Amino acid sequence: MNYETVIGLEVHVELLTKSKMFCGCNNEFSTESNKHCCPVCLGMPGALPVLNKGVVEYAVKASLALNCEVAEFSKFDRKIYFYPDMPSAYQISQYEIPLARNGHIDVETADGHIRPIGVHTLHMEEDAGKLIHEEGKPYSQVDLDRAGVPLVEIVSEPDIRSADEASQYLNNLKTLLQYAEVSDCKMEEGSLRCDLNISIRPEGSSEFGTKVEVKNLGSFRVVRRAIEYEEKRQKEILESGGKVVQETRRWDEQRGKTVHMRGKVDNRYSPEYNLPPVILTQEWIEEIRQSLPELPHQRKKRYIEQFGLPSYDAEVITSSKELSNFYEECVEHYHDPKTVSNWVMVELMGLLNETGKEIEDVIFKPKQLANMLSMIDKGTISGKIAKDVFKEMFDTGKDPDDIVKEKGLIQISDEQELEEIARDAIQQNPQSVEDYKNGKKKALGFLVGQVMKATKGKANPQMANKILKDLLDK
Amino acid sequence: MKIDSDMVEYLANLSRLNLSEKEKSEMQIELNSIVKQIGKLDELDVDNIPPIASMAPQKSVFREDKVLESLDSEDVFKNAPERIGNFFKVPRIIEE
Repeated sequence: MNYETVIGLEVHVELLTKSKMFCGCNNEFSTESNKHCCPVCLGMPGALPVLNKGVVEYAVKASLALNCEVAEFSKFDRKIYFYPDMPSAYQISQYEIPLARNGHIDVETADGHIRPIGVHTLHMEEDAGKLIHEEGKPYSQVDLDRAGVPLVEIVSEPDIRSADEASQYLNNLKTLLQYAEVSDCKMEEGSLRCDLNISIRPEGSSEFGTKVEVKNLGSFRVVRRAIEYEEKRQKEILESGGKVVQETRRWDEQRGKTVHMRGKVDNRYSPEYNLPPVILTQEWIEEIRQSLPELPHQRKKRYIEQFGLPSYDAEVITSSKELSNFYEECVEHYHDPKTVSNWVMVELMGLLNETGKEIEDVIFKPKQLANMLSMIDKGTISGKIAKDVFKEMFDTGKDPDDIVKEKGLIQISDEQELEEIARDAIQQNPQSVEDYKNGKKKALGFLVGQVMKATKGKANPQMANKILKDLLDK
Repeated sequence: MKIDSDMVEYLANLSRLNLSEKEKSEMQIELNSIVKQIGKLDELDVDNIPPIASMAPQKSVFREDKVLESLDSEDVFKNAPERIGNFFKVPRIIEE
């Protein structure tokens, strides 16, 4: 039997406010422990939370970027649980009336259609502290610097049908929130975290199967692997006549599989009576909407109109804010936006892929790429040599000028010098010369190749072509 | 609603409390009295009254997004039963 996968994602995103959600402690990512703590985030009896206005602004920005309807009235509740990552024994969250609902994030399906994935709700909540369990020790260590850090939790509708769609949803969500400048969305620092709800059902069925929740997904790659693993595991259970058990599982990186973590728990909520409700006016929501930075689809449209880029190029480049910032800075220093887009999409993205680096890790400046492109225009280097220069620039961050000088890569455009090399090529390849004379024009390309080879790619290819042609046609 | 002894044990478990038999029976009496008191509310007709979210004034209260000084490192641990370096130390949390 064929099965359909049903996926919903819960994404937690830390907001980039200066201070924590309910107290004035620093909200910077801390490399130490228990430095950013006060009676409020330590859960001391009697300490009272006061909501940070910046958190509301950022959360509204996130809601608008994800096409949500923002509620004029929302409120806080306590999610009550006993775990030492939260000394008050409850997390302040929005359960009953969340800040925003009914958003969507678009993905492209396997057959090339654009499909909106629903955002069910977006709500504000505080993060919990961090626990460290060292191997073999009879105790756990608690760091409360993260307790009280502001988060938004974004809950999708169960609209996602494949690992591919899940990846796109996550990538697009991350891009939108980075453009909106509400979070840096760094999974490795935990500022973006993701839980997975997944079930399968017979194709064509409209009822949901029993779902499993998977936690501890440390990267988008792991989300994909966990989905693929669960699809297979649940299918095997159903096909052998068994039943999927509702439970919470977690990703075990070492074993490359999901494992049981705990059974289903019913969380207990109560109203947070220490905080008044959050009441927003339409004017304020509108003001926040106006203050939103340019979003990806707006930037894409501008690239097509202002730079004359093909839609595909504009899409690829704006898919990451950092990448498109890099691109735009380069265009400021170079006259032809399409040439820049070719270099960014092919050479730069190629090297990033190859080295597993992110655009943030690139050590050369956009202006250096612009300079290198001008060197091609001026005939200082050939387009072919430029690729080597680019690689060197990517690896070392050195100026293209210096690389060309150090490595003696200046293009040979001296006619006399090229003619000599061309004569050698003709002499050494009588067969190609004969082929050419018999009308095989391709043979000329081969001879140009020999000249390029002899000069280690430094010959000006247009000139080499012309000189060879002149010599052969004589 | 009547609180029986099973309910007392259930609530004690949820609250992570170890109660003696004497405490349990005292608790049962007290809880029944509380529930009875609150049950008074059932006498009211609230059919056409919208629920309220909180007793606080229906008005947002915010603080500006400004960093204030945190507690001194030593004060953070003042009430901690146990610490190890700059961490709170708690019994090992079993995850498996």
